Amino acid sequence: MSTSDKPETTLHRFLANPLALGAAIVLLVIVLCSALAPVLAGADPAFSAIRDAFLAPFSAGHPLGTDSAGRDIWARLLYGGQISLLGALLALVVAALIGIPAGLLAGYYGRWFDSVSVWMANLVQSMPGIVVLLAARAVLGPSIWISMLIFGVILSPGFYRVVRTAVINVRGELYVDAAKVSGLRDSAIIGRHILTVVRGPIIIQASLLLGIALAIQSGLEFLGVGDNSVPSWGNMLNEGFRSIYRAPITLLWPSLAIGLTCAALVIIGNGLRDALEERGLSSARRDRRKNVGTATAAMAALPAVDEAALDEAAPLTRPGVNTADESETIVTAPLADLEFVPEPVWSDSTPLETPEPDPSAVLSVRRLRVGYGSGPHDKTVVHNVSLDVHAGEVLGLVGESGSGKTQTAFAVLGLLPTGGRVTNGSVLFDGEELTTRSRASMRELRGTGIAYIPQEPMSNLDPSFKVGSQLSTPMMRRLGLDKRAARTRALELLDRVGIREPERTYDSYPHEISGGMAQRVLIAGAVSCRPRLLIADEPTTALDVTVQAEVLRLLRELQSEQEMAVILVTHNFGVVADICDRVAVMNKGTIVEQNDVESLFARPRHPYTQTLLGSTLEGGPSRIDLDRAEAEGAHR
Amino acid sequence: MSEQLLSVDKLGVDFTRRRTTFTALEEITFSIAEGETVGLVGESGSGKTTIGRSILGLVPPTRGTLTFRGEDITHASRAKRRELSRDMQVVFQDPYTSLNPSLTIEGILAEPLRAQGIDRREAGRRVKELLDRVRLPSDAAGRLPREFSGGQRQRVAIARALALRPRLIVCDEPVSALDLTTQQRVLDLFIEIQRDTGCAYLFVSHDLSVIRHVSHRVIVLNRGKIVESGGVEKVTSDPDDPYTQRLMMSAPLPDPGAQRERREELEKLRVDSERAA
Repeated sequence: MSTSDKPETTLHRFLANPLALGAAIVLLVIVLCSALAPVLAGADPAFSAIRDAFLAPFSAGHPLGTDSAGRDIWARLLYGGQISLLGALLALVVAALIGIPAGLLAGYYGRWFDSVSVWMANLVQSMPGIVVLLAARAVLGPSIWISMLIFGVILSPGFYRVVRTAVINVRGELYVDAAKVSGLRDSAIIGRHILTVVRGPIIIQASLLLGIALAIQSGLEFLGVGDNSVPSWGNMLNEGFRSIYRAPITLLWPSLAIGLTCAALVIIGNGLRDALEERGLSSARRDRRKNVGTATAAMAALPAVDEAALDEAAPLTRPGVNTADESETIVTAPLADLEFVPEPVWSDSTPLETPEPDPSAVLSVRRLRVGYGSGPHDKTVVHNVSLDVHAGEVLGLVGESGSGKTQTAFAVLGLLPTGGRVTNGSVLFDGEELTTRSRASMRELRGTGIAYIPQEPMSNLDPSFKVGSQLSTPMMRRLGLDKRAARTRALELLDRVGIREPERTYDSYPHEISGGMAQRVLIAGAVSCRPRLLIADEPTTALDVTVQAEVLRLLRELQSEQEMAVILVTHNFGVVADICDRVAVMNKGTIVEQNDVESLFARPRHPYTQTLLGSTLEGGPSRIDLDRAEAEGAHR
Repeated sequence: MSEQLLSVDKLGVDFTRRRTTFTALEEITFSIAEGETVGLVGESGSGKTTIGRSILGLVPPTRGTLTFRGEDITHASRAKRRELSRDMQVVFQDPYTSLNPSLTIEGILAEPLRAQGIDRREAGRRVKELLDRVRLPSDAAGRLPREFSGGQRQRVAIARALALRPRLIVCDEPVSALDLTTQQRVLDLFIEIQRDTGCAYLFVSHDLSVIRHVSHRVIVLNRGKIVESGGVEKVTSDPDDPYTQRLMMSAPLPDPGAQRERREELEKLRVDSERAA
């Protein structure tokens, strides 16, 4: 992720790669030399002087010597480059002209054209290329142009497949749908939205196919089935091979030319791929994950908090109707003003934050600071966070995206993404400092002492293992149960979390169960080793609301059964009201207000808390109320 | 508000994949009047998004008819659809994938205008107007989508939908990817635009409280069928259908006392339905 304002272009990134840059220079030199052959050669490539056969390199007038017919090798190499490169280019152009449009049409429209063209591509690819070329030569005569034309057809599935796949990927993007609804013609959609995405893969594929065309062409000529009346690298190879005992060095020059060109093309292709990867196909998805997603390093390091502030330059005055008193209008303060009230507000009933850790708490966090990166680019995402959670207590950690709530949770778990670390403060779990513990001992603690429930249940189950083994393996490791006992315990747990047919779910793969079921399975896994502290990161956000109610009920039951301390990270005040005993509200990496749940909802003190509570729609006015209020407002 | 803008009559959509047919929608009948918001609420798999997409012509209807301003558009041709795009627009859920990452905001907003044959200068002027309308700074025009936050991107998407001054905008979960405070401001922008321009919304959401905030009338969907429909007050505070009741009761209230009561009611509902089963 670049922090500079100026977006790096693909070309910049390509040129910054020394290997790719070197390869590009080599290729450029070869192309230029071939193009300038008449100037550089100094001799006629076809002029034969038998007297001068097999002159050594650096002979007078023949910088690379001469071949068996006394022709100048340097001149033949340069003119041969013209023929060989143009031949390969011809194959490439033919392949592109057939493959790219076919791929675009098949990918975009699908249906019968897709089926037919896939079938054709398979047919072409299953034909042995060399045999086809040999047959064509027998019928049509030895012309490099004809054989490269045919070879272009044989190569076209290479383009076709790459383009088709890329188009199918992008076809489902919402912005293509939006363009359709905007009334764009298909040709405009393909030109504007689709071609930009497939451009990268096409360029990469072209550099690879050009190399293949050159190699095959030279191979054919080496076998002696080319047109040996023209100078080309393949023909020179054939020549050199025939006189390998008399003058082995004549074999070196064409081999070098072919080898260097092919290698340069492959390296350029790889370099292009690396350079394009930064902003290719998936950039939209990556962005989304950064911004909305859970706790990725990317999100934390992004100036997400600034974004939130920047976002709403619009006035925040919301003429809402208070349900308790119809005449009263709540006008909340603009977010920007909150910057001037940074004083955190602490509790009526929870005593003011004690500087010393609370020994009676299961978890006691003091002045926690989490930072990313180092040096001038470092960024602190959690500032001076202090909180306590006691056994049997549920603490809600509430905030919007970028507030640092998930980062706090991950710091406690010792699972901060790469680049993140606790830069200050202490985390005491059962009286023991966690911030200084080794990775290995943290791993020991997770699962048994501290358990975790993630936001996205599906992405936290390994798709290639059955649910049962993912549940029972940790219990075998951690609790030392044998296989049968672990299975029995896992089935009990599945039954406990409300799964109707535990046996069937136990033997299912994750894709065979629903999101709600998957979350129940993860909850079962989290409580399987009877942890003292459970950290749930937005455990119901990805679920339907009716499923959410059931999962919350389950969490409440398990929590009171096992006397667990729970930290529930959420953005939903309804969930907080439902399950939490105490609440900490986070904004821009700090806790701005901490209180027991009844008092916080009854008397929110910090303006930010008030703003958040004012934004919840649940139990708020309906559209009819709003329209009535607007009409009254207009009358006055 | 009396003139019918869109009528959906017995709409049905089947999806066929590898020779198995899945019925996504069945017997969907409702209408939208000029200037009103109809809320479409349901959980995942209820078919709510499919209704919006078939109205927009992105999913072909299998059965039933769609009538827009008295004209049958059930199987409108691509040319007809292009014409309809002047009257019918969309705002999608995900502001991160609904904007092409390689186009500038101006490029995105000018696209529908240029497609309707509006010249470059006029389009540029309209783009400024649109940015102003959704309260984005006018220097936003030259920037790329990735430079904006979710709420701002959604404003861009709204501006794009407004570009051709449509009569109907299909809003497919337009605020569910946004933060709480952002969500509310975007919703209020939707309402404000409706008051100013008189366009109608088909507002699709999984969140009953969002639907309550913006809709005049509400339709509740479950497994591809309408289970309840009516005025917003009735459906969102005193629903008749057991599924709607469960949907309403499942959403926790941001008030510990009220939520405790709601939870008990939901529990009663659950016990009752289990007893019935």
